[in-house]
Amino acid sequence: MPDPDADFDVGYVAQLCRLELTADETVQFQAQLSGVIEYMKKIDQLDLSGIEATAHAVPAFDVYREDEPGPSLTVEEVLRNAPQKSQNQFAVTKVVE
Amino acid sequence: MARKDFLVTIGLEVHVQLKTRTKMFCACAVAFGEEPNTLCCPVCLGLPGALPVLNKRAIEMTLLTGRMLGCSTPEISKWDRKNYFYPDMPKNYQISQFDLPLCLGGGVPLYELAYPKDHQKSIAHPDKVVALTRIHLEEDVAKSTHLPKATLIDFNRAGTPLMEIVSEPEIESPEEAVAYLNSLRQILLYGEVSDADMEKGQMRCDVNVSVRPKDQKKLGTKIELKNLNSVSAVRRALHYEIERQIGELEEGNRIVQATWRWNDDAGQTEWMRNKEDSQDYRYFPDPDLLPVRTAGMLAALGVPELPHQKQVRFVRDFGVTSYDGGVLSADRALADYFEAAATGTTHGKKLANWVINNLLSALKEADLPLGQSPVRPTQLRALVELIEDGKITNNQAKEVFARLFAEPSHEDLAALAVSMGFEPANAGELEGFVDQVVAANPGPVAEIKAGNAKAINSLLGQVMKLSGGKGDPKLIRQLLEQKTA
Repeated sequence: MPDPDADFDVGYVAQLCRLELTADETVQFQAQLSGVIEYMKKIDQLDLSGIEATAHAVPAFDVYREDEPGPSLTVEEVLRNAPQKSQNQFAVTKVVE
Repeated sequence: MARKDFLVTIGLEVHVQLKTRTKMFCACAVAFGEEPNTLCCPVCLGLPGALPVLNKRAIEMTLLTGRMLGCSTPEISKWDRKNYFYPDMPKNYQISQFDLPLCLGGGVPLYELAYPKDHQKSIAHPDKVVALTRIHLEEDVAKSTHLPKATLIDFNRAGTPLMEIVSEPEIESPEEAVAYLNSLRQILLYGEVSDADMEKGQMRCDVNVSVRPKDQKKLGTKIELKNLNSVSAVRRALHYEIERQIGELEEGNRIVQATWRWNDDAGQTEWMRNKEDSQDYRYFPDPDLLPVRTAGMLAALGVPELPHQKQVRFVRDFGVTSYDGGVLSADRALADYFEAAATGTTHGKKLANWVINNLLSALKEADLPLGQSPVRPTQLRALVELIEDGKITNNQAKEVFARLFAEPSHEDLAALAVSMGFEPANAGELEGFVDQVVAANPGPVAEIKAGNAKAINSLLGQVMKLSGGKGDPKLIRQLLEQKTA
């Protein structure tokens, strides 16, 4: 059951993700995702003193590439999947900032 | 209430494109002005399954910027996803840094000569340093071109390493904002991390500005300004916006937190969107990228001498004025030119004058950058030494300089001067002229003898004239002093 104190609102998250949920889905996902959050809260019950903070799930660091240029795709390859194109560019619905 | 009864608070967010050869997370080349969508790959197009790999050089450049600006660096720095939907960022998140950026704190010193020219005499806080909040590294987005019915997207720019430099709200006037941007640009150029040209979009700036009555402690409601494409646009936009906000407050209106756009043609700010519409970015750590341990890279950095340090050293080592030191150090190439010319002579101050006055104006007139100066630093040094050794006068040197500028192949400047007829009159000849002038001017001679040292100048001029402009003024003065003692 979802935590009645949780400020998690699946409707808001769906809006941020540009998802339209039906009323049934809203109830279902609110419950399921609240359950996940509840599970994560178990960490709060652990004694974490002396445990070093981690910045990544994998204990590895410093994987780089040197600043050497490599080949790029051709324009044809770049635009192959574009639903609409014009002047060798992706054409999208006009965006108004 | 009058204008002076309000306090202005400004904070700047500056985005700087780094001068790397390749993009932040892929090996596509970074270049400007190429055909659209020719510098793209699955990573910078945001295709599913593509994996980013960090560009080491971009991280080094950001750490170097931090060192130049006195920032601290966390031991571990990491990468986060900033989630939003916009066609210039098709994977629907921008890789950025949230809680562990590469640089924290630090500050930008406001150089005197970085203020607008018309304001350099009325700087409110000399030697001010504007504190920084942080500097983080992220990826630039694609370029959008808005047509009447569609928007076109070119991904060549997408993924270019972009450094975001965030200041504390410590800037108190549009002129300080100008000084901040110019000083920051100077430092970035010194570090060779960016060309930082605002008009080319290599440096972009968002401004937050608020006003409040002087007796109010709490900061006023801030307005964010966008579309500022030059340093002068930042100054004009801020002046306009500050007056607008004060006007609103004076009419008893409330400022609503919002983003406004500067319209440079109309010379005014225009409402864009309210803060409530702003995004919730839901940052979270990017699982595709591993964190960076910064200590090793920091230790390997070579931090260059900065403009203000160079200025102090030029004053100390070459005897130039603080002002000249500021002018020379404002541009790294100019500083290097001067240093090459002044090293090994005792005539640093005179050389500074020649560089700032004669060389720069000749270059400007010929429309040449310093790098293409026909006159090399060693030649300028030789010219100044000819003057200081009494071989030619200052006016003759100007003619030699002009000749040299047009025909830079002359190696032996002394010979060039002689070939132009500039030979110093010999001491015996000069002594004859001095005797002649002393005999013809009993009045001024008496004045000199009575202690009016300045009277010697008119006699000096007459001797000079007799010598046909070839006499060494120092020698003539010496002789006159002997003869009138």
